[in-house]
Amino acid sequence: MSEITTSGPSDSALEIAAAVRAGERSAVEVVDAHLAQIEAHEPAVHAFNVVMAEQARAAAADIDARVAAGEDPGPLAGVPVALKDNMCTNGVPTTCSSKMLDGWKPPYDATAVERVRAAGAIAIGKTNLDEFAMGSSTENSAFGATKNPHDLNAVPGGSSGGSAAAVAAGFAPLALGSDTGGSIRQPAALCGVVGLKPSYGAVSRYGLIAFASSLDQIGPFTRTVADTAALYDAISGHDGRDSTSIPEPMEATVPHLDDGVAGLRVGIISELFSGELASGFEPEVLAQTRAAADALAAAGATVDEVSVPSTIYGLSAYYLIAPAEASSNLARYDGVRYGHREDGAANTGGMMTASRTAGFGSEVKRRIMLGTYALSAGYYDAFYGKAQRVRTLIINDFDRAYADYDVLLSPTSPCVAFPFGAKSDPLTMYLNDVATIPSNLAGHPAISVPFGAGRDGLPVGVQILAPMLKEADLIRVSAVLENAAQESAA
Amino acid sequence: MSDTIKPAGNSTDDVGVLDADGQPISSTQLGEWSLSSDIPREETTLSGDWEMVIGLEVHAELSTNTKMFSPATNHFGGEPNTNVHPVCLGLPGTLPVVNGKAVELSIRLGLALNCTVQRCVFARKNYFYPDMPKDYQISQYDRPLNINGWLELPSGYRVRVERAHMEEDTGKSTHVGDSGRIHDAGYSLVDYNRAGVPLLEIVSHPDVRGPEEAKAYVAELQQILIATEVSDGKFEEGSLRVDANISVRPAGSSELRTRCEVKNVNSLRSLGRAIQYEAQRHVDLYESGDKPVQETRHWDEEGGRTRPGRSKEQAEDYRYFADPDLVPVDPSPEWIEEIQASLPALPRERRAALVELGATVDAAVIAVDRGLDSLAVGAIEAGADAARVLSHVANNLAVEGAASLDSDRFAELVKMETGGDLTATQAKTVLAELLVSDKSASDIAAALGFEAMDTSELEGLVDRLIADHAEEWDRFVNGDDRERGKMQGFFTGQIMKATKGQADGKVVNQILSARRG
Amino acid sequence: MALLDRLSAVSEPLSRDDVAKVAGLAMLELSEEELDTFTGQLAAVLEHAKDVEALDVADVSPTHHPYPLVNVFRPDEVEVTDVREAALDAAPEAEDGQFRVPPALGEEP
Ligand SMILES: [Mg+2]
Ligand SMILES: [Zn+2]
Repeated sequence: MSEITTSGPSDSALEIAAAVRAGERSAVEVVDAHLAQIEAHEPAVHAFNVVMAEQARAAAADIDARVAAGEDPGPLAGVPVALKDNMCTNGVPTTCSSKMLDGWKPPYDATAVERVRAAGAIAIGKTNLDEFAMGSSTENSAFGATKNPHDLNAVPGGSSGGSAAAVAAGFAPLALGSDTGGSIRQPAALCGVVGLKPSYGAVSRYGLIAFASSLDQIGPFTRTVADTAALYDAISGHDGRDSTSIPEPMEATVPHLDDGVAGLRVGIISELFSGELASGFEPEVLAQTRAAADALAAAGATVDEVSVPSTIYGLSAYYLIAPAEASSNLARYDGVRYGHREDGAANTGGMMTASRTAGFGSEVKRRIMLGTYALSAGYYDAFYGKAQRVRTLIINDFDRAYADYDVLLSPTSPCVAFPFGAKSDPLTMYLNDVATIPSNLAGHPAISVPFGAGRDGLPVGVQILAPMLKEADLIRVSAVLENAAQESAA
Repeated sequence: MSDTIKPAGNSTDDVGVLDADGQPISSTQLGEWSLSSDIPREETTLSGDWEMVIGLEVHAELSTNTKMFSPATNHFGGEPNTNVHPVCLGLPGTLPVVNGKAVELSIRLGLALNCTVQRCVFARKNYFYPDMPKDYQISQYDRPLNINGWLELPSGYRVRVERAHMEEDTGKSTHVGDSGRIHDAGYSLVDYNRAGVPLLEIVSHPDVRGPEEAKAYVAELQQILIATEVSDGKFEEGSLRVDANISVRPAGSSELRTRCEVKNVNSLRSLGRAIQYEAQRHVDLYESGDKPVQETRHWDEEGGRTRPGRSKEQAEDYRYFADPDLVPVDPSPEWIEEIQASLPALPRERRAALVELGATVDAAVIAVDRGLDSLAVGAIEAGADAARVLSHVANNLAVEGAASLDSDRFAELVKMETGGDLTATQAKTVLAELLVSDKSASDIAAALGFEAMDTSELEGLVDRLIADHAEEWDRFVNGDDRERGKMQGFFTGQIMKATKGQADGKVVNQILSARRG
Repeated sequence: MALLDRLSAVSEPLSRDDVAKVAGLAMLELSEEELDTFTGQLAAVLEHAKDVEALDVADVSPTHHPYPLVNVFRPDEVEVTDVREAALDAAPEAEDGQFRVPPALGEEP
């Protein structure tokens, strides 16, 4: 197993920001250290589609000037942040790792990108993903797969594999990803970092290139729970440019880092732990989940198993809803206004068909066709309509569980990082998302926290789920698990 | 853009009580139509014993500052692609946000059309077309904003309005090629200035029975749109566009036969011609043992005929579903009441007010069309003669600035005229003066030296003319009707010439007939 | 599982023709070989979705958004951007300030 062993910059975002704000470290020096790490290991990892070296240095110099002028450049001052390449960055190529958008430069920043910049963070590059965020391994990128820094022969997970790998490899302490069915949490688990999917509507989707509008959420990747809390606090909050953005103020999570779990009621989702569905999960993954539950109990929480029966329908519902919305969201890539155009067609329709056929990869085509079918006349009620009702069942089941439990616990992924090509059959790959999907369907927040190692010593992530807008509870539980994991490793 | 909407499979919400066609029923309004009333209807203009069944779909652009879902300016014309914003260009990552003013205007029209305003949902209508930046149109499907209304024509007949829903407009392509015809075009150029402009699609039930009734419906709708300031209603700028669904059936039957949707109708006149042509085409087909096929046809103004739409590249399967980027619009009863209270008097009510004061329906229609009805009402209420007032409104006030005339000065003028102080010609001159000055009618008349001519003075003048034109007088007295008419004109003309138009024509005629004996 | 008791009829398996039709609607062109591959893969996913298809959820209302909001409006105020040049620059082909495409066949529905 080859692995990134050279120790790169390992300071947390909050440590860096504190030093930069105090004038003890320059942001330029911080950026240069991370660029050096990227230069050394990016060829092996391929986390980035674009490294924004010059822009990053310029932004860092600006931060330093502001510190020198006595201004407060924000809570994440001088901290490099890697951005999944499906978030619009003004004047910087934003491709969704698709031939379709190769070279396209948006004339605006996504709201989340604006907000990390406003908090003083420095965009250092655009990270690789499964094309249009459709996949669980980053193998579906038109620009080549990203490698897992813990094992270069294994996938980093997906679709935000580039962001997870960038954080794991020390390329940046912070990264943003997007999670439609687990695309933050699963790569976070496989790369041994923290990944949070916020409540639907907590972080603006403006400027996030849509995959499935009713499921997509932007969220953080970091190496520490405290950094995740800080990054979430920086990007969350209402945005008038997203109609689905929650208008009520979000609760800050940083103040809850040290709340502990005494008296907290934790429910292990039995369907994802001891049920039939979980029989295919790697035993080491289940063992670490049990260990995490024990750690929480040791810290004063009460832990039980609880059934959330309709989670078993989550996967099917998701693979009807997400492709249906995607089939419509991806219609605009027609070769008329931007993106790839295939020349030589005799008429507009021919040009559109040729451009889409050449511009999209197989997985994207597969999902567009699946979604088109699910929405088409005669099938709407059986598929998309029914799947939307299943969402209600899942929400009702969660609500019942949350009557007795504050948070729920499960593995994040059925397995640790797997070798490239191991899941070439689409359905096998889809089954990887079974534990993460229910939160997207319900719109609830969920986090993956590294907890020990599994097969071949590869990282395992455990998932904590909470009711709508209870991110603070996820953070306090995660902080306890982070501590426990460090203690048992020591 | 539009098609007849039959909520079938894609139910995204509960629809409520449905009638046999799957259309929602409003219990409060069902009893109100005048479908089978005794109001006289347009007589069939078709050969044989056939009647027309016409439903109208009108697209009206809303008078907002910005587009339906994008903060780009909503402005007609301009250099191509200047009235655009990342949102209405459908750039990746952008999201729609509903223009609250567009919703308010849409509710305004819904209330003016007596609709039920309901919680509604935006839906995506998916089809590929280069004019449409996202390759889907955000429209409304099974939960439109306004349902179950009616529009009353000047005749009193009520056409039922099935729905009036919100949607976004498309851009425009220009086909560039030698012949200018689409099949031969070398290429097309696309301008998205119009893409995303807020539209209301107003769909009637198939209650219209002929071209004149269709024109009256659209004219009335146009008046309502303008009166409520929902739309500028300009056909010539495309703010108003009409599609007509046309079929025919044996007169008196209640069957619904194959319909064709006729598009590209750009004026009221074209609408009437297109309907007449298309309906007669159906009759001719049936009478020759054939039948029409259901299709979209285009009105060819120059050729005076409809032509079948060109074949489509795609099958029609719009895959409607609730737009996940948008949330429902659920107008509160308070908001609806507030909008209702802010509605101006509608053309129908304004006509009724005039008719109440003695106007004929036709005269009332003209006064309201010209926006001069409140002037007329004011003048009549100030004691002026209704017929005279409406005659001026119809014939002498169709000028810029007429609406600013105050009714008291207008009433004084009309009273002077009917009281014999001014001749019709003089009154017209004074009226023109009233529009450009703030003097009273009597001051203007005095300044112009207009005084009613004394009858004895006129009698003397008539006697002198009889003496000077004995031969013409003889022809007036003894000639046939035609001859007498001619000579009456001759003498009147001479008198007007001699009095420089100040003689009252009525008085002159009285003197002439008195002298003739 | 109580939910599984409420099974109802499910649709026919996905055919090659269905996939061809769907590809047409989605404006994608598939080779004969791709058509076979995709038919098999999509059929497998839909087969898996039979659990959902078979659910009787007629009395369950659909969830369109996890956080139910209504009446989210924008003020009717113009936001001026200079997106025109960027948009035309990004276009595969532009002419006279417009987006150029091969001739449009067919028409708007
Ligand atoms: Mg139409
Ligand atoms: Zn329409």
